Amino acid sequence: MIDFILNNQRIKTAAPPGTAVLDFVRKQRQLTGMKLVCKEGECGACTMLVGEWLNDRMIYKSMTSCIMPLVNAHGKHLLTIEGLSAGDLTPIQQAMIDTTGTQCGFCTPGFVVSMTGALLNSRHTNTENFLEAIDGNICRCTGYKSIERAIGKIVDDLREKQLDNDLLALINANYLPAYLADIPTRLKAIASEFPKANTDAKAIRLGGGTDLYVQRPNEMYEADINPVFSRPDMREIKIENGVCTFGAALTMGDLYHSPTFQKALPNSDYLFRLLSSTQIRNMATIGGNLVNASPIGDFTILLLGLNAAIELRKERDSRWIDLKDFYLDYKKMDLQEGEYLMNIRFQLPENPGHFYFDKISQRKYLDIAGVNSAMTLRLEEDKTIAEMHLSAGGVGPIPQYLTKTIESMLGQQLTETLLDKALQVLQSEISPISDARGSADYKRMALRQLVIAHFLKVDENIYPVEKLIGA
Amino acid sequence: MNRKMSDKERKLNIDAAFHVTGRTKYLDDLPEWQGTLFAKVFYAPKAHGEITKLDYTKAAQSDGVFRILSYKDIPGENQIGGIIPDEPLLAETELHFIGQPILLILADSELQAEKAKSLVEIEIKEKEVIVDPKEAFEKGELLHASRTFTLGDTNAAFEDCAHVFSGEVASGGQEHLYLETQGAYAFPQNRGSIVVHSSTQGPTAVQRTCARILGVSMNQVEVDVNRIGGGFGGKEDQASPWAAMVALAAFVTGRPVKYILSRHEDLQMTGKRHPYKSEYKIGFDEDLKIKAYEATFYQNGGAAADLSPAVMERTLFHATNSYSVPNVSVTAHGCKTNLPPNTAFRGFGGPQGMFVIESALHNAARKLGLPFHQLQERNLLIEGMEFSYGQIVAEAKAVDCWDQAKRQYDLSRWEREVETFNAKNKYQKKGLSLMPVCFGISFTNTPMNQARALVHVYSDGSVGVSTGAVEMGQGVNTKMVQVAAHAFGIDSQRIKLENTNTTRVANTSPSAASATADLNGKALQDACNQIKDRFTAFIKRALQLKAEDLVGFKEEQVFINNKKVDWPWEDLVNKAFLARENLSAKGHYATPKIHFDKSKEKGHPFAYHVYGTAITEVTVDCLRGIYHFDAVRLVHDFGSSMNPGVDLGQIEGGLVQGMGWMTLEDLVYNEKGELKSGTLATYKIPDANYAPDVIDVQFLETDGHDLAILKSKAVGEPPLMYGIGAYFALTNAVLAFNPNANLTYEAPMTTEKLLMALYS
Ligand SMILES: Cc1cc2nc3c(=O)[nH]c(=O)nc-3n(C[C@H](O)[C@H](O)[C@H](O)COP(=O)(O)OP(=O)(O)OC[C@H]3O[C@@H](n4cnc5c(N)ncnc54)[C@H](O)[C@@H]3O)c2cc1C
Ligand code: FES
Ligand code: FES
Repeated sequence: MIDFILNNQRIKTAAPPGTAVLDFVRKQRQLTGMKLVCKEGECGACTMLVGEWLNDRMIYKSMTSCIMPLVNAHGKHLLTIEGLSAGDLTPIQQAMIDTTGTQCGFCTPGFVVSMTGALLNSRHTNTENFLEAIDGNICRCTGYKSIERAIGKIVDDLREKQLDNDLLALINANYLPAYLADIPTRLKAIASEFPKANTDAKAIRLGGGTDLYVQRPNEMYEADINPVFSRPDMREIKIENGVCTFGAALTMGDLYHSPTFQKALPNSDYLFRLLSSTQIRNMATIGGNLVNASPIGDFTILLLGLNAAIELRKERDSRWIDLKDFYLDYKKMDLQEGEYLMNIRFQLPENPGHFYFDKISQRKYLDIAGVNSAMTLRLEEDKTIAEMHLSAGGVGPIPQYLTKTIESMLGQQLTETLLDKALQVLQSEISPISDARGSADYKRMALRQLVIAHFLKVDENIYPVEKLIGA
Repeated sequence: MNRKMSDKERKLNIDAAFHVTGRTKYLDDLPEWQGTLFAKVFYAPKAHGEITKLDYTKAAQSDGVFRILSYKDIPGENQIGGIIPDEPLLAETELHFIGQPILLILADSELQAEKAKSLVEIEIKEKEVIVDPKEAFEKGELLHASRTFTLGDTNAAFEDCAHVFSGEVASGGQEHLYLETQGAYAFPQNRGSIVVHSSTQGPTAVQRTCARILGVSMNQVEVDVNRIGGGFGGKEDQASPWAAMVALAAFVTGRPVKYILSRHEDLQMTGKRHPYKSEYKIGFDEDLKIKAYEATFYQNGGAAADLSPAVMERTLFHATNSYSVPNVSVTAHGCKTNLPPNTAFRGFGGPQGMFVIESALHNAARKLGLPFHQLQERNLLIEGMEFSYGQIVAEAKAVDCWDQAKRQYDLSRWEREVETFNAKNKYQKKGLSLMPVCFGISFTNTPMNQARALVHVYSDGSVGVSTGAVEMGQGVNTKMVQVAAHAFGIDSQRIKLENTNTTRVANTSPSAASATADLNGKALQDACNQIKDRFTAFIKRALQLKAEDLVGFKEEQVFINNKKVDWPWEDLVNKAFLARENLSAKGHYATPKIHFDKSKEKGHPFAYHVYGTAITEVTVDCLRGIYHFDAVRLVHDFGSSMNPGVDLGQIEGGLVQGMGWMTLEDLVYNEKGELKSGTLATYKIPDANYAPDVIDVQFLETDGHDLAILKSKAVGEPPLMYGIGAYFALTNAVLAFNPNANLTYEAPMTTEKLLMALYS
């Protein structure tokens, strides 16, 4: 039985654990406010809030219900547009009306829910946070400006009423329905033990499902599933002796908002914003990103650029390997049947060490990279390269650790000439193909630019890029 | 919802409160009837060929499958071509594009139908695939007759030109990406008739197509449209096949049948904005005035004509955009390729034509060594000029919009700021561009410029309004309520807008060509006026007034010679009802003055034109080849807007959609006719971060136009073309980084093309 609260109603269901939440809610609960648009997690029209009792407080996160497995709802509170529209219009809804933030209306429930998520979630309810909260919501009609004007009104109202993310105050101001106050007690009453894992070695290890439900949605409906998404023992993070170790079930969003991870990789906010959207970050686990083995996976490239290591478990057996040795060929990994990814660890980039991540995609946000790259670099006083890790995605069958390029630079002084040589080596080391994300020539050029961009951040005069015009 | 809305809210958008609470019902939200069968299409896996084997016994016997229909099950004519009968509903033996429907699988659930699809066995003898319109033209593959518009004598004019330039231009297709996918739900009725709920912009087109497929007359098919979750032209003609399929299935099985396309099916099977390839030649005199312009447009029509002939026509109408050109010769070819039949999309061929002349001017300005906008400005359209199709330019606002934009946004200061920024930054460059737009309003097919409306005044004073207009987000429902409230002088709360339904209002034109509010609004005014005339006569009789006394209706009261009498609206209605007055009326409107003679390609096809000018600023990261739009500031000729909130939304939305077409939205088919951008992960449309930081819209102050509803000019399509400015802003930023860049004038300007251009 999967047991959870849907808006104000307790649900116990024997529906297959692989059912997509959106299908369940629309077809079996007849709640049609969430819209089915893409079934890819790409548009946010199916956004709902998922509440979880964690560390003595309720945490609500927006997720795209179209690619969320029902099993991941177990023990949680799901809040849909219907659950937010029980009484009078909320100030968020009113603001959307006042600024004509809705035209055909098909995207609108998703936007309203995402904005409400910003209220429940962020440390500060400022414009920036609201805009970030809708970074996974697509609208084809409005051009977004009217929606931004609505956000402006909401932020003004919150400021005027001096509201932050205090639940009771938000309820009193009609931003949230009153029944939310009782949810923690009700959730605790639900036996929230982790749903029984299907321990068959062939059962599909399921993280957030953001890849599985995009690649094979129909199959997932009836599949044997071994869920890891909310496994407490896979959601820990710590720093010890300059090494950050964290569980594979942590999501990109968990890390984004983790003070520990912020310490491990300072100033990484910009980087998380380049990864998918708020909703997807709230679902996508790091384990899923790594085991996906997508040659363009952002977190994979990021961790390769940190020269991370991973822990693989099979029942009681555990082994650690370097991430760069994990990928063997296109979507082939050093991973045995029944083995799964438990933990990840990396050495904190040292001072004056530097870490850089960069990505080029057709659309800057919520888009898979055409090419991405990460680099850790430690220079001696005299600019000798003491340590270097460099990774690149989208330029070969696997997420690539650029061994040869690194070797060509290590122990040498960083100069324009050295970089020129290294860029040559780089080109010999990669093998991009032409596909929907760009021609092979383009990818070669784009990676060259990203690598130069890393070094320009180290020293803005190291390389005169304009010399490449016409080259 | 029982909460009452204020008049102000209604004016904003009468549907908004339902949208924000998730209560609005779209097609897929209708309660499902018991016994409903779910349909899925099995479609052509190859772009061109002949079916040599088709075996679906296994599929038909799979779990939950009720029946599989092929073209043989069609009782009527297997034909859905609207303008030219060249497209079957279900393929017989010839296959012409990947995604062409072959079989309709009916099962107890969508998943069962989906699974059965993979059990169909098909073998195909493949034929040569053409995806490029020029190649199709060279091989003589045309969908319909080519057309040419001429004005003056370009050959002679070029002789006298001081400067002549020529070049090639290409623009890509564009997926509509209405958020609600295509779909329909059919219910069999007694005596063999059918009710079809459809997500369509053209209820009558759906009705006609269903009747044709079923082999019944139109009155046997009732089409109902509550509202649609976006259309943008994609549901003008291409909502019909799915409706015809479920109608067919309901007709054959006697059960309700529903088919909502998945996003992937929609992307695969439906047509999009037409990609174009074009060639031009442009000549200027010593003063840099355009003397002559020639262009040839190769329209990529896809595998069947669909609306392509009409789209192609509008390319010719708008080939010279907002410029005065005394000698014109423009030719267009509708090329047949192995892509899904391309169709209407906001702008309807106009944007493709405009992009060519803008490219021609940009290239000329670069060669002549003067700023692009100076060359544009010198040639702006002026009063009294003749368009190549014979209409004389009247009430021209091109210069007014341009001048106001320059003044209001202080262009010279803006340019200086951009120059300073560019001088200071090595790897960040800004680009600025101006984009004038002149767009004609009316269906270019004159007979379509008519509409009907039905008004019932109920005995309690409430009013029911039906028109042929379909609400798709453009706010037409709100505008219709405003028209009726204005006509009767009553509170808009009294007015209910009914679903668009072919039984209430017949023979409708699609909600398209930006003309929906004008046409339906004027028909609605006619219906309201008939009722008002009856009221007037009744009041005069009842109060024994003189013939010359003036009766008026406002503020929910009756006024006689501008003096209020104590007859509130409800009393009036009730008294009239008891006096057995007719409280219902059917209105009709046909746009006056317009005509067009296709044999001469001359006439007066447009009721009026809409003008505007947009200024776009972009910042390019020249290191990575990525960019961000800082601002688009524009002046637009709204006439006298009846609903600024709704109209502003049309401008902003249209602009961003147009910018997407010019930059982000990269529709990729390979040489086998396979769609390589068939997911939302690979086909990117603007998100909130992409939209310019600032969109500033100023209204050009004018009196409006008499042929526009309440003098409020049509606003649906024109703003899309402001988006063309995005392309040239990017191009100008590239030139700031690399003055010798090799520019190809091929839209969209993807990040790939941008990076390549920066370092070319
Ligand atoms: C809209 C959208 C946008 C996206 N944008 C980005 C982006 O910007 N950058 C990016 O890198 N990716 C992106 N992704 C891709 C991808 O879904 C994510 O990278 C994500 O991290 C996958 O994690 P998951 O937990 O959802 O994986 P799942 O779908 O649950 O699983 C993926 C695979 O990993 C396996 N798996 C999961 N956890 C484990 C484990 N602990 N041990 C062993 N095997 C495991 C599963 O069996 C499956 O094979 C995007 C996806 C979507 C839908
Ligand atoms: S339907 Fe698009 S994200 Fe779920
Ligand atoms: S209002 Fe139509 S998609 Fe947003």
